[in-house]
Amino acid sequence: MIISNEAIVAGTYPLERQQEGRQPISERLHEWVTTVDHKRLGILYICLGLLFLVFGGIEALVIRIQLAVPHSTFVSPQVFNRMFTMHGTTMIFSVAMPILLGFGTYLIPLMIGARDMAFPRLNAFSFWITAFAGLLLYFSFVGGGGLYGAGSAPDVGWFAYAPLTSRAFSQGHSTDFWTLSLLLSGIGSIGTGINFVATIVCMRCPGMTLGKMPLFAWLNLVLGGMVILAISPLTVAQIMLCIDRYLGGHFFDTQAGGSAVLWMHFFWIFGHPEVYILIIPCFAFASEIIPVFSRKPIFGYPVMVAATVCIGFVSFSVWAHHMFTVGMVSYANSFFTFATMLVGIPTGIKIFNWIGTMWGGKLIFKAPMLFCIAFLFQFLIAGLTGIMLAASPFDWQLGNSYFVVAHFHYVIVGGILFTIFAAFYYYFPKMTGRSYSEKLAQWHFWLFLIGFHLTFDFMHIPGLLGMPRRIYTYEPGRGWEDWNLIISLGALFQVAGVLVFVFNLASSYFRGAHAGRDPWDAWTLEWSTDSPPPSYNFAQTPTVRSRRPLWDQKHPEDPDWHYE
Amino acid sequence: MSNTTAEIVDLVPSRRLPSRGRVGMICFIAAEAAVFTIFVVAYLFYAGKSLSGPTPREVLHLPIFMSTCLIVSSLTIHAAVKALASAKTFWFNVWWFATLILGLAFLAGTAHEWTILIRHEGLTISTNLFGTTYFSLVGLHAFHVTVGLLVIAVTARASLASAIRQSHAERLDIFSLYWHFVDGVWVVVFTVVYVLGV
Repeated sequence: MIISNEAIVAGTYPLERQQEGRQPISERLHEWVTTVDHKRLGILYICLGLLFLVFGGIEALVIRIQLAVPHSTFVSPQVFNRMFTMHGTTMIFSVAMPILLGFGTYLIPLMIGARDMAFPRLNAFSFWITAFAGLLLYFSFVGGGGLYGAGSAPDVGWFAYAPLTSRAFSQGHSTDFWTLSLLLSGIGSIGTGINFVATIVCMRCPGMTLGKMPLFAWLNLVLGGMVILAISPLTVAQIMLCIDRYLGGHFFDTQAGGSAVLWMHFFWIFGHPEVYILIIPCFAFASEIIPVFSRKPIFGYPVMVAATVCIGFVSFSVWAHHMFTVGMVSYANSFFTFATMLVGIPTGIKIFNWIGTMWGGKLIFKAPMLFCIAFLFQFLIAGLTGIMLAASPFDWQLGNSYFVVAHFHYVIVGGILFTIFAAFYYYFPKMTGRSYSEKLAQWHFWLFLIGFHLTFDFMHIPGLLGMPRRIYTYEPGRGWEDWNLIISLGALFQVAGVLVFVFNLASSYFRGAHAGRDPWDAWTLEWSTDSPPPSYNFAQTPTVRSRRPLWDQKHPEDPDWHYE
Repeated sequence: MSNTTAEIVDLVPSRRLPSRGRVGMICFIAAEAAVFTIFVVAYLFYAGKSLSGPTPREVLHLPIFMSTCLIVSSLTIHAAVKALASAKTFWFNVWWFATLILGLAFLAGTAHEWTILIRHEGLTISTNLFGTTYFSLVGLHAFHVTVGLLVIAVTARASLASAIRQSHAERLDIFSLYWHFVDGVWVVVFTVVYVLGV
């Protein structure tokens, strides 16, 4: 087959795809393993996240089956501890981070008109070390027992408070697998954070000043800075824990004058910014999807940028609201209550801006938009329970209860996971070149929405009734059993939704209709190249004059730069 | 489309973006700064809280000589990079090897200090809180010096083979940021461990 040179140069001919079809599978596999292409690494990141989503989801199901009825003996208390520890650790470090960093890795160079990330090999290193960290964590099920068979998977909770992690209380290697895994995935994340910042600062195409970047790039710039500053303390805390466990150090050893509370501070000074590290890429998805499906430019672009930067700064001064029940001086309680409520202001500004974008727009209720709208409502409620828990006297009543569990799952599932689903549907045509099935996507949305609300709305109530988190069972007659049954039933709906989602992705990948370059009539640069994009991204380096370069191209009579 | 692109190119003011190596190194240094901050906080938090001896006052002495070596090495590496940027390869070699020797002298100073502490004073990382925080903070810094010295040594070896040219000045300048950072951290460590902590 002869390909005209012009077609290759203009980027209209999907050269790579044709070549790929001819290669034997071993060579294609080799290419994927040795790739430094940001698009392939992005997809690898996302697939890694989806793989661990299955593991983390199974652990969640085990927890919910165990708690569905009182006095359940489905799993032993020891296994229950392993399940909630592995569920939390997996979902944060091996699901949410890889998927979100993966989307960033895939999209940032395309959005800013670059050929690749600033450091492609660092990019590959970050991915593989993150993948290795996940495998190391799960190897603990096999190797965690150590020579004497003491222990299995980590069972110290995802924040691993001292002294549970000391040699005396955590024999075998379970905690070692946990700490080394977090150390490695942290290094991977920091590498990607550095890469994001360097890419966005240094690789933008001509004309793309900071004020003309898509919001996605802006938010990921803030994200990169936060990853750099927030993951480092976690890495240090793991090094200290290793010193304690292997070299006989006393950082968190209270018997030698060390402090268990210091671990809490070091963990949460990572742990709370981490929540914003997870939600800011989701804000980025919403800021791309809502305008396109409202057929309006984003409302209040500069304010959105300013609010994100504010969130980035303030999120570093709120960590001790996780520690109200530990007992701090009243000044500290007041400060962290104040700072936590303060972070609600920029977040509220963002919600108003998204509503402002939708206001008077021509709304299109396709799956990405549906997930984003659900995100708006659910994230609002999550924020409101967050404000409740930020009031330290209220937190003293409900700290470590199922109310807290419901609150942060409202953020992580209702906020983060819903926008991740939105992003999956929105970018699926770009990444694979195929259209997904809208009908199945709507099924997914409604099943998951019902399941989510059954589970996490009702989870607040046993919390208010005094049910503590991390108990492996409870006795009947406390008024908790009906609520727990409903919560567990909701989990089934969520599983059904996710199965539809996975089936939709898989079947559309092989049988979906060809999507074309720009199925959503969108406005940012990634939609100007092929779907999937060729390895060189753009045949010619694009040049932009406004925040919506494709709008300018489609409407030369009324370009955006007349108004910006 | 190509017409409009060409048209737009004329309208967009030309600009220079910062070098990605420099931005990447600055980000890396920011991450490292956060790492050292946490260790310094731990050191200060635990200062004077050891339940048993030896205490810093009993065993630590101001490491004036090795500190001077490290700080001077910041000046020599700067001079080396400047010499290379203006293609004075001889002076680059002189200053670069001076940096290498000064860095090695610093590391030897740390080794000497640790030998005395471990052999004669009986202070190890597991002795007390002071030992844990001291060895981890100073050890982390010494580790960073070692990594820097490895890069300096590899470059020095390449320079002996006349493989370092003016075009490498930018990269070595970016590396020198790391070395300056390591020196800056030592000023903090010196203040915290040998002045405030005693």
